[in-house]
Amino acid sequence: MNRYIIIGTGIAGFSAAQTLRSLEPGADITLVSDDPHGFYSRPGLAYYLTGEIPEKQLFPFLKKSQHNPNVQHVHGRVVRLDPQSHSIEVDPSGSLQYDRLLLATGARSVPLNIPGGDLPAVVKLDDIEDTRKILSQVRRTKTAVVVGGGVVAIELVEGLVAQGKKVHYLLRGDWYWSNVLVEAEARMVERYLVHDGVRLHHHTEIEAILSRKDRLTGVRTTNGEVIPCDMLAVGIGVKACKELAEAAGLKTDRGILVNEYLQTSEADIFAAGDVAQVFDPLSGHSSIDNLWYPGRKQGRIAAMNMSGQSEGYQRAIATNVLRIAGVMTTIIGAIGSGRDDNQVYTSRGSSEAWQQLPNTIAAESGTELSQLRLMVGERTLFGAVVMGDQRITRPLRELINKQVDITPIRNQLLQSNTVLVQSVMDHWIKTRS
Amino acid sequence: MKYRLSSESHHIEVLTSRHVVVEPERCIQCGICSFNCPIGIDVRLHAWTGEVIEDPTCLTCGECIERCPRSVLHFETTELFTEPQQ
Repeated sequence: MNRYIIIGTGIAGFSAAQTLRSLEPGADITLVSDDPHGFYSRPGLAYYLTGEIPEKQLFPFLKKSQHNPNVQHVHGRVVRLDPQSHSIEVDPSGSLQYDRLLLATGARSVPLNIPGGDLPAVVKLDDIEDTRKILSQVRRTKTAVVVGGGVVAIELVEGLVAQGKKVHYLLRGDWYWSNVLVEAEARMVERYLVHDGVRLHHHTEIEAILSRKDRLTGVRTTNGEVIPCDMLAVGIGVKACKELAEAAGLKTDRGILVNEYLQTSEADIFAAGDVAQVFDPLSGHSSIDNLWYPGRKQGRIAAMNMSGQSEGYQRAIATNVLRIAGVMTTIIGAIGSGRDDNQVYTSRGSSEAWQQLPNTIAAESGTELSQLRLMVGERTLFGAVVMGDQRITRPLRELINKQVDITPIRNQLLQSNTVLVQSVMDHWIKTRS
Repeated sequence: MKYRLSSESHHIEVLTSRHVVVEPERCIQCGICSFNCPIGIDVRLHAWTGEVIEDPTCLTCGECIERCPRSVLHFETTELFTEPQQ
């Protein structure tokens, strides 16, 4: 009987446990995590924060659900991994042996590295405990400052606005999420934020955190302005939790390096999800997807390979659908090559593959309420950003995923922006059979 | 595609021939859909398994579709109620 250990109860770990249990009903499967809550929707924390759902709604499966794999749970922190003896050391449970191990340890927020960054009123949004902390403090909060670009920072902004707080949003660069959105797209988001009462501060960073007797009183910005506040919310990026693998001598880079079978430099150890930096034989790149669905898929593929199969992980076109400041936004494929000055490390809800953009020309069209951007290559579309009206997303996903030849409409796409949606729709209908 | 049931004829069409279908690759299992279903269908489970909502008690009211923050759900004409071909 095989002994499997999975470290981490996020989507990758849960998906692997489900798959292993279905492949090997009699196997000894242990899930180890220091998160006492087990598997829940981490992206759903944003909606718990806004008050759209109660906390219990974050848990997709009841304990007795047939979808909940029958596995052993060990609550504790893994302090050591020894690939030679095939064992891990868990605090406080002790030593556990494995035949095959999955590292699905995820990623965690990068803290603000300035004095005062560890004050109780400095908050983040990694897990349930963080969200509980915000919600318990928010009653005593009048004004909050949020820093960072990307998805988590905007979730913090929206959550705090929904809780009725006055919010100052500090952006280091010219506009919001500048390595993913172009100016027109970001301005649309920013208009909605301003409409909701958010005070935006461009080209602004925190120079100092101000406090009195461990109580946050405000921040001083690089522009010399002092913003009084009683909460500081940080979403400047995430970092893969790879320390355990590094200490065990596994090959790492920004994450734990794995081949297309999600196998690390140690044959019996696999990695999946936010911690895995996955090699793609087609592009020759190794990259991290901080996205839910690739995490689910990687967990499944890793489990199949742990169980003795030989299943390569086929990287799908990285896609995410988000509601940013109330604007439905779909991002598909490669869409930018810039750097986001507001972000360090990687970012939740995004993919490094979005930045791997070959030679393309951007075709854009937009109104007050919607924006469409296509990354047009020589023969195919490489990526797209759709904000507002989402009817075009399905055709675009198919055209990009299947690398449909767009030569017949390429000139049209590049000449005039008024026919962008219609041209794509017509071409999709024509080529889908 | 998002549907608002703005006209009676559209509503009747939806009631008689359409089902809520899911795109699992968009879903982050937040559960807003299940939380807002007026008759308590676990819509989220369908988004996990990828199965069309065939529950005969589904009102096709569109509440789950409207509330989903990731555009996972939409109405689609399915062949569930059509006569089998001879």
